[in-house]
Amino acid sequence: MDHILVANNVSKTFGNYTALSNISLKIPTNCIYGLLGPNGAGKTTFIRIINQITYQDQGEILFNGEPLAPKHISVIGYLPEERGLYKSMKVGEQALYLAQLKGLSKNEAKKRLKYWFDRLDIGDWWNKKIQELSKGMAQKVQFIVTVLHKPKLLIFDEPFSGFDPINANIIKDEILQLKENGTSIIFSTHRMESVEELCEHIALIHKSEKILDGKLSEIKKAYKNNIFNVGLQLEQDNEMLLKNLQDKFNILSSSYNEEERQLDFVMKLPSSQTGDVLATLSNHANVNRFEETIPSANDIFIQTVNKKDNDR
Amino acid sequence: MIGKLALIIRREYLAKVRNRSFIVMTILSPLLIVGMIVLIVYLTKINDNEKRVISVLNESAFFYDEFSSSETLSYVRFDGLTLQQAQDSTNSLGYYGLLYLPQMDNAEEVAQAAYLYTKDNPNTQVTQKLEAVFQKKLRQGRMEKLGVSAEQFSEIEKPFEINLATFEGEKSIKGINEIKAFIGGGFGYAIMMFIIIYGGFVMRSVIEEKTSRIIEVIISSVKPFQLMLGKIIGTSLAGITQFVIWIVSASLLLFLVVLFLGLDLSVLSGEAAMAPGPMGSAADFNSIVNDDMLLYTREILNIPWALLIGSFLIYFILGYLIYSSIYAAIGAAVDNETDTQQFIFPIILPLMLAIYVGFFSVFSNPHGPIAVGFSLFPLTSPIVMLMRLPGGIGEGGVPLWQLILSIALLIVTFLGIVTLAAKIYRVGILMYGKRPTYKELFKWLRY
Repeated sequence: MDHILVANNVSKTFGNYTALSNISLKIPTNCIYGLLGPNGAGKTTFIRIINQITYQDQGEILFNGEPLAPKHISVIGYLPEERGLYKSMKVGEQALYLAQLKGLSKNEAKKRLKYWFDRLDIGDWWNKKIQELSKGMAQKVQFIVTVLHKPKLLIFDEPFSGFDPINANIIKDEILQLKENGTSIIFSTHRMESVEELCEHIALIHKSEKILDGKLSEIKKAYKNNIFNVGLQLEQDNEMLLKNLQDKFNILSSSYNEEERQLDFVMKLPSSQTGDVLATLSNHANVNRFEETIPSANDIFIQTVNKKDNDR
Repeated sequence: MIGKLALIIRREYLAKVRNRSFIVMTILSPLLIVGMIVLIVYLTKINDNEKRVISVLNESAFFYDEFSSSETLSYVRFDGLTLQQAQDSTNSLGYYGLLYLPQMDNAEEVAQAAYLYTKDNPNTQVTQKLEAVFQKKLRQGRMEKLGVSAEQFSEIEKPFEINLATFEGEKSIKGINEIKAFIGGGFGYAIMMFIIIYGGFVMRSVIEEKTSRIIEVIISSVKPFQLMLGKIIGTSLAGITQFVIWIVSASLLLFLVVLFLGLDLSVLSGEAAMAPGPMGSAADFNSIVNDDMLLYTREILNIPWALLIGSFLIYFILGYLIYSSIYAAIGAAVDNETDTQQFIFPIILPLMLAIYVGFFSVFSNPHGPIAVGFSLFPLTSPIVMLMRLPGGIGEGGVPLWQLILSIALLIVTFLGIVTLAAKIYRVGILMYGKRPTYKELFKWLRY
């Protein structure tokens, strides 16, 4: 698999404070890569190093196989978490300025801006000043400016903060579209629901160290612990059944609805082999639910971070 | 890279010159300046025009022509009135005072018995004038007693003025050193004002980028140093634009005022030349101006203007870059303008020091140890050296090695300060939330 960005043993300290220690990551080309971690973990420092705003003390970073260099700035797009625009400058003028700083010619920038302004339905804002716009509107302008120069690698740091749900959805669709068009995307956040929706790969950074990375689906598989939700439809009240089951299996919790004669419980199995269990259950009642619980990204996040903290 | 720098300079320039308060200041300032000048001239004139009238009741046989009207005093004779009548008339006519000379045997006695009646305590200038008249008359009388004729007396009274020359034998004139230092001081003062005004603009512009949170967007495209440099250059170009507009429009306005209102600016030039220091009274100066106008003109033309203006540009650019990069670093270190105070004072200090040292020490002794020291020290040299330079280079002026050393020190300092400021700037622009201490700033230098 091609990698747009590879980091090998990257470390960075500020005085006595270690921001990153020995971070190694491989970010595949044309995928959405979730960079996760609690506040202060070192995500922003890592992103700033990719953008060459600061530099690592040790380690190397390869961009498309070459050492990261100033020329790569024009093929990287960055939407920082701390973002804003000049308040007293007009929207169009400002967008042109920022696009030209990324190396676009004035005419090309104008053409592309027109396309994007129409696409996001903000065409008539061109001559407005930023201070006249709402926060969400300014964020749209900011998003356009980030993607305008068609970067190969896009870095979004908490892209949805400041958006209402409707506009957040529009931006999410745009991000997916950009990925379809071949862009590689680093997506930094601590909001896990968007991670589930967008990311194929993730890395979890905690207290300056990488504690987990890989394909999200594989990580989830690895974090499965053979817990199943089961629902049984009984033909008649059978108080002995639950007791019998509890003797045979490890039942974590249960509930019984007398009216519906519905018995629900959560059980942990010794392995992921389910055939015998299902057969046994079927003997007693009609199984109307049998599903393995898959940990959410949020669970994995909390679990891993807590485990790491307890290890210390 | 150059292209990006040009883009930044252009944006900073336009952002500044389009700013409403900047436009208002640009338009209003010349009006204010010219208004001030007109006001000063007008007030000076009023002061001069106040001619005091003194009535004289002379019962003696002496003192007749001696009290003749001058520019500031005029005399009205009251003959044949009693003292009481004279006093009443003086009062009712609103004259300044009544000089009463009683009938006596000789001038000495008249003088002893004479009185000046005024409504309030009399002005010292008036009493001095009157006393001088008496003094002259009495001295003449005493001389005559000693056998000195009136003719001989006027010979004795002929005023004396010392001849002045330099060692090279050129005739020199009073006050020229002060005028020269004043011209140099004007350049120095312009540098200081420029630094304080536009350095502050640079600082506020950096703070604005921080508070609007655009800074990280920008420095993901350009280097922080480029941004800082572009900001400093763009702001100073806006400043120069403003200065040029001020100078051109103020001179134009002044010209129009002089043309249509017939304002006499020579009053002002006398006052202005007075301002710098202890150099005798304005009257002395004016008489010198009239007598030696030619000499002065020659001396002023003799000031090495090319050298002065050339050095002004060098000191201006280097001095401004040093100070405005410090201002930029301060702006980067803080989150809002109120936090800047503790950092600004230490950088205004050397500027103030330079101006004061300049006015108190360099004017009186342009090549003394204090003047030399401060014209070498890089944070004060842009101002102090310019005050010394109108004296020229070499003999009688600034030794060449001092000028070269001063500029060399300034360049070294410039490189050092800009490097340090850029480091603080680079770290500071991404720091939010807390007010840094000097200790922390020092730590940033090592990041």
